[in-house]
Amino acid sequence: MDKRKIGTCWLDGCSGCHMSLLDMDEGIVALLEKADIVFGPLVDAQEWPEGVDVAVIEGAVSSQDDLKLAQTARARSHVVVALGDCAVTGNVPSMRNGIPSRKLLERIYVEGATERPGVPTDGVPALLKRVEPLQAAIKVDVHVPGCPPKPNSILFVLSELLEGREPDLGSKLRFG
Amino acid sequence: MTEKVKVRIDGEVIAATPGQTILEVARANNKYIPALCYMEGLSAVGACRLCMVEVSGVARLLPACTTPVQEGLAVVTSSPQLQSHRKIALELLFAERNHVCAVCVSSGHCELQALAQDHGVTHVRYPYNYPRLTVDTTHPRYVLDHNRCVLCSRCVRTCAEIEGAHVWDIAGRGIHSRLVSELQRPWGEATTCTSCGKCVQACPTGAMAEKGWGVEEMTKQPAVLSRLTSMREGQ
Repeated sequence: MDKRKIGTCWLDGCSGCHMSLLDMDEGIVALLEKADIVFGPLVDAQEWPEGVDVAVIEGAVSSQDDLKLAQTARARSHVVVALGDCAVTGNVPSMRNGIPSRKLLERIYVEGATERPGVPTDGVPALLKRVEPLQAAIKVDVHVPGCPPKPNSILFVLSELLEGREPDLGSKLRFG
Repeated sequence: MTEKVKVRIDGEVIAATPGQTILEVARANNKYIPALCYMEGLSAVGACRLCMVEVSGVARLLPACTTPVQEGLAVVTSSPQLQSHRKIALELLFAERNHVCAVCVSSGHCELQALAQDHGVTHVRYPYNYPRLTVDTTHPRYVLDHNRCVLCSRCVRTCAEIEGAHVWDIAGRGIHSRLVSELQRPWGEATTCTSCGKCVQACPTGAMAEKGWGVEEMTKQPAVLSRLTSMREGQ
């Protein structure tokens, strides 16, 4: 049987979930025997490939780029996993939602700047009005909360999905 | 000695004292009914709707914490319908305010978080409200973060019924309801506050905390408050 394909991406988050993904010790060897990681911050591919079996998405949807990447991943993947509290609930990134994004940028890049004050516009994606959890932007099949989720939980979820089963986190479920 | 009444909880016949609520009888007999706004030793208000149970012969669900037992009452504490309603109630609590476990002093010791995990809430199916809420840091020892408040009113009742100061109240209606100290005076300026900290201990989430603790560091002892009431009643 051909190897399955896993794609990962990192939207508005701290990369902690990817750290947790890498922290599953020898579990990752077993996982990579069944599947290849074909896209993500850990590999070189520039574009989300077609025909991905499992998309693992860390982070909340915060910018135009986040939204585009989430939509591409959804369209080109069979199953989408929201990994971690940011993807599942909005978490820390969503704490900006009470403040208009223009005010926020001005506070940081104008009022808070000691040199060359000005809100950056070139080469950076526009912020969305509100940070939203992943399921507000695309259809999500599996939610794995946690900040970050434990390596064992990630391994369990990915292993179940690769076996064609629907993972039930049960007592592994946790927020924060 | 008061005459006992016979009630049935999940099929088991239990002798209960008239005047006891379904929740009290269930807990005394090691039957689990989830609850958030209920705290032993305080009056019951039926605010959180997590203790809803099915009572035979009654078409709607009833809150176990405010429903007194009577002879022949038959209660179901867990069913697919109840689980579904409890999950909805929990998800709506999360959607209503800004509960960010990752930065909360009570994470890991939070009753709301524990209930969500126990009920298999993996995500919230409703759009988040993201209200802009304040944090009252005016008290020298304690802090009140409205983002994490679920309006259970355990602090209100603890302060009024156990400490006897009645600093707290709920103001406003519906989604605009807010916990207030002394008719909207900042906590630090509330002249009736004795700074005893009982409200903090009663709070099921990180909404009220002692200052100086970091993420996951604040543990609370609501059982101590319940004991105060039972000791006083025993006198």
